Amino acid sequence: MPYLLLLPGFLFLFTFFVLPIANLAQTSTQTPIAGGDTGQYEQTFQFSNYINAFTENKEQFGRSFVFALLATILALAIAYPLAYAIAFKAGRLKNVLLVLVVAPFFVSFLLRTVAWKQILGEEGFFVPTLRNLGIISESTTLTSTSFAVVMGMTYNFLPFMTLPLYASLERIDPRTMEASGDLYANGITTFRKVTLPLSMPGVVAGTLLTFIPAAGDYVNAAILGSPNTKMIGNVIESRYFKIVDYPTAAALSFTLMAAILILVTIYIRKAGTEELV
Amino acid sequence: MTHQKDASIPTIPVKARISRWFGRNLIRIYAVFGFTYLFIPVLYTFAFSFNDSGKSNLIWKGFTLNNWKNPCGAPEVCSALGNSIKIGLLATTFSTILGTMIAFAIGRYAFKGRSTSNLLIFLPMATPEIVLGASLLSMFLVFHINPGFWPTVIAHIMFCISFVVVTVKARIASLDPRLEQAAMDLYANELETFRRVTFPLVAPGIAGAALLAFSLSFDDFIITNFNSGTLTTFPKFVYVSAARGIPAQANVIGSAMFILALAIVIAGQFVGRKTKVAK
Repeated sequence: MPYLLLLPGFLFLFTFFVLPIANLAQTSTQTPIAGGDTGQYEQTFQFSNYINAFTENKEQFGRSFVFALLATILALAIAYPLAYAIAFKAGRLKNVLLVLVVAPFFVSFLLRTVAWKQILGEEGFFVPTLRNLGIISESTTLTSTSFAVVMGMTYNFLPFMTLPLYASLERIDPRTMEASGDLYANGITTFRKVTLPLSMPGVVAGTLLTFIPAAGDYVNAAILGSPNTKMIGNVIESRYFKIVDYPTAAALSFTLMAAILILVTIYIRKAGTEELV
Repeated sequence: MTHQKDASIPTIPVKARISRWFGRNLIRIYAVFGFTYLFIPVLYTFAFSFNDSGKSNLIWKGFTLNNWKNPCGAPEVCSALGNSIKIGLLATTFSTILGTMIAFAIGRYAFKGRSTSNLLIFLPMATPEIVLGASLLSMFLVFHINPGFWPTVIAHIMFCISFVVVTVKARIASLDPRLEQAAMDLYANELETFRRVTFPLVAPGIAGAALLAFSLSFDDFIITNFNSGTLTTFPKFVYVSAARGIPAQANVIGSAMFILALAIVIAGQFVGRKTKVAK
């Protein structure tokens, strides 16, 4: 019975997830056919594709992981108090606030990212204000900077961080926190020794749900960044569509996926929570 | 008593009282800032849907209702929206059916290969979208299938399945097994128990999963961009027109989607409350 239920879905996932990944691995070691058209490749098991792809794009790889890490930390810093407030301080407003966290999702994420571009742009609100206050100089811009890209990523993945945090905070029995207070722990100690450890599954799930899509993202870098803030996603995209260099794009995709899986495995082991999905 | 209390108030300096108020409400103040951050671009999108902007919606030029009266006024915007809705509905239907079946198998049965199954569900979620999109496109190209409408639908079903499984599985796990035992005690057979007890209890989870699948599909850009070829979806339309300024009609559609989705959520809450009361 369980196998019958699994069969159609797994057949689908096998055909359109497992096989494509296997095919991607195969493409990644191909080389151009001698004298062929652009976009024609043959299998030659050229493993040096990986070395070339990586050394040519070290910088973008590094930037992807640094940006994704920064966005994850910032999102955690913003989302944790938010989730905490909704779980413990919102009273009757709890459900309303929860809906409000998800609500921005409903406006297409591209529209919101373009909106940020305009808000942070020359004609937006922040740049003239900050200039008038003398906080930034006349020549400083906010768009086309690393700051804008990281800010946009933090923004776009914030609900992915807030919801799992809320889910694990909400499950905490408030009496455990009261008990800690009864045992003369102050607010900070209670948080450090009781609330935070109990909310770790949410922290792990939220950071993963933010970090993984952020590391592969290229939309924020394309809209809010400049050629100097290109991430690995931008490189893969242009290799596919502009240069039609499938093997390099495949090698880069595969390296990205492997790097993320390794990081995620180490992280889950260290955090000690297997209860993720 | 009252006299004493009155006398004690001036002994707390104003400064200390303010800082105490801040201390107590710090987390609320922080939450207000968090929500402001979340809503700045939403309000911006909404405001600029009323901009009398002409072609490029970059600078505020005055209030108008014309964009709302004529949301299809900009070329391509409504055909892009139509494509997104069609793809979303197809992807939601198939991924909800396939995902719910998997969720029941994993949530209800102990069988050989259960942890492998969990891994197969987790992996698509742990793979960056760009890798999912690029790998599918590579495979379609190998089989000489041109990117377009159906490849996009297939791609969307693929990445939505895992999210449906996770959502429905959580609902199944939270069921009280005693309810089903009670049904069996009352001589319901397995099929009847499923139809009259289990399924109605899991249904809200399935509805939630379907909503999630639709919003994921509707909003997807990266995977779509790889597999849709010349077909334009709504996010693709926004991305392409971002360079020369998106038309205000796109803001109208974004804002309308926002209002519609909020209405659905609020209506769902009311229905949920009513059925709870009825029980």
